[in-house]
Amino acid sequence: MMAITRDHELHKRRLGRNVGVGLALVAFIMLVFGLTVAKVQRGGSVEGYDHGYRPGMDPAAQETTRGEE
Amino acid sequence: MTDIRADIASDEPETGEAGFGDFVQLLKPRVMSLVVFTALVGVLVAPVRLHPVEVLAAIIFIALGAGASGALNMWWDADIDRLMKRTAKRPIPAGTVAPGEALGLGLSLSGLSVIMLGLAANWLAAGLLAFTVFFYAVVYTMWLKRSTPQNIVIGGAAGAFPPMIGWVVATGHIGVEAVLMFALIFMWTPPHFWSLALFMNSDYSKARVPMLTVTHGRAVTRANILGYTLALVPVALGTGFTAIGGPIYLAVAIALNAVFVLGAWRIWCRHEAEAEADGYRTEKRFFTFSLAYLFGHFAAFLVEATPWAAMLRGQFGLWGA
Repeated sequence: MMAITRDHELHKRRLGRNVGVGLALVAFIMLVFGLTVAKVQRGGSVEGYDHGYRPGMDPAAQETTRGEE
Repeated sequence: MTDIRADIASDEPETGEAGFGDFVQLLKPRVMSLVVFTALVGVLVAPVRLHPVEVLAAIIFIALGAGASGALNMWWDADIDRLMKRTAKRPIPAGTVAPGEALGLGLSLSGLSVIMLGLAANWLAAGLLAFTVFFYAVVYTMWLKRSTPQNIVIGGAAGAFPPMIGWVVATGHIGVEAVLMFALIFMWTPPHFWSLALFMNSDYSKARVPMLTVTHGRAVTRANILGYTLALVPVALGTGFTAIGGPIYLAVAIALNAVFVLGAWRIWCRHEAEAEADGYRTEKRFFTFSLAYLFGHFAAFLVEATPWAAMLRGQFGLWGA
């Protein structure tokens, strides 16, 4: 009787596919994370628009206020 | 309970158990490499600088979109791919990937790549990518390829979009330089594919794909190769006088176009008996050189984008400082 082994060619192919998909997902997550960091760094006064407009956190609004004074 | 399948030892195609590499093959990695290169040039020669991660992300999503259209192409063309020697070993005709898997991969990657490019860059670039996938998968693959000998002339637009998308990723709009990079690839495609068709004609005849060689014969195809190669020259040289060109590009373009026109002229002058006798040597050389031709032009664009080339350009009145 032939033993059921884990190293059948089919299993190797499945393992390769799973590892490949896993690595692709990790790469995708890293890419989205990197993109987020890059965009936030370039985004300027993001905190000034957190849920609602906060003039105290917006450098442009601060400049205008100082100018009026 | 085991996961042993009764058909493992049978002669049936082993679909549904493809390896990761089989799915990568579905995305046409060779075509993808050309897409990556031309799109990258489009981003880098644009007058707007992006964060390197944004460039990397945009190029990956453009490449994924191109790969998705390749998978959709293989799904639709599986019946004729089986008949042609050049394509018989592709994953679907070889039986390693099921047609449904290719369709699923193509559709999901198309959606993912377009949405991610929109989020990573801008929605004009994403729209152009969506149109490119649609154009290649539907307009070219499903409609033109099997219905007209002008298939690769019109369908060539799909391959010409990547540098334009790259440019739009950086600038947010379609400039004249982007249109010229598009035109360069668009005009280059017919001589490139028809030279391949000259020595692969039996494949296309067998699959009943109406390539120009099949419908109008090789003599007409040779004349068309020369015609399109001559029409390509002003596009290639004219681009040299725009913001992405310069003296280095122009020198490279003159040399490459001289060799390309000479090759097309030789192809036009040849008789069929002569070509058959030497195994289509001139046509094969022309086809190989056509790849170097395109690479050379885009590499020259990249060189022109360096600060050193900008200094050199400043010494010539034509391009300004």
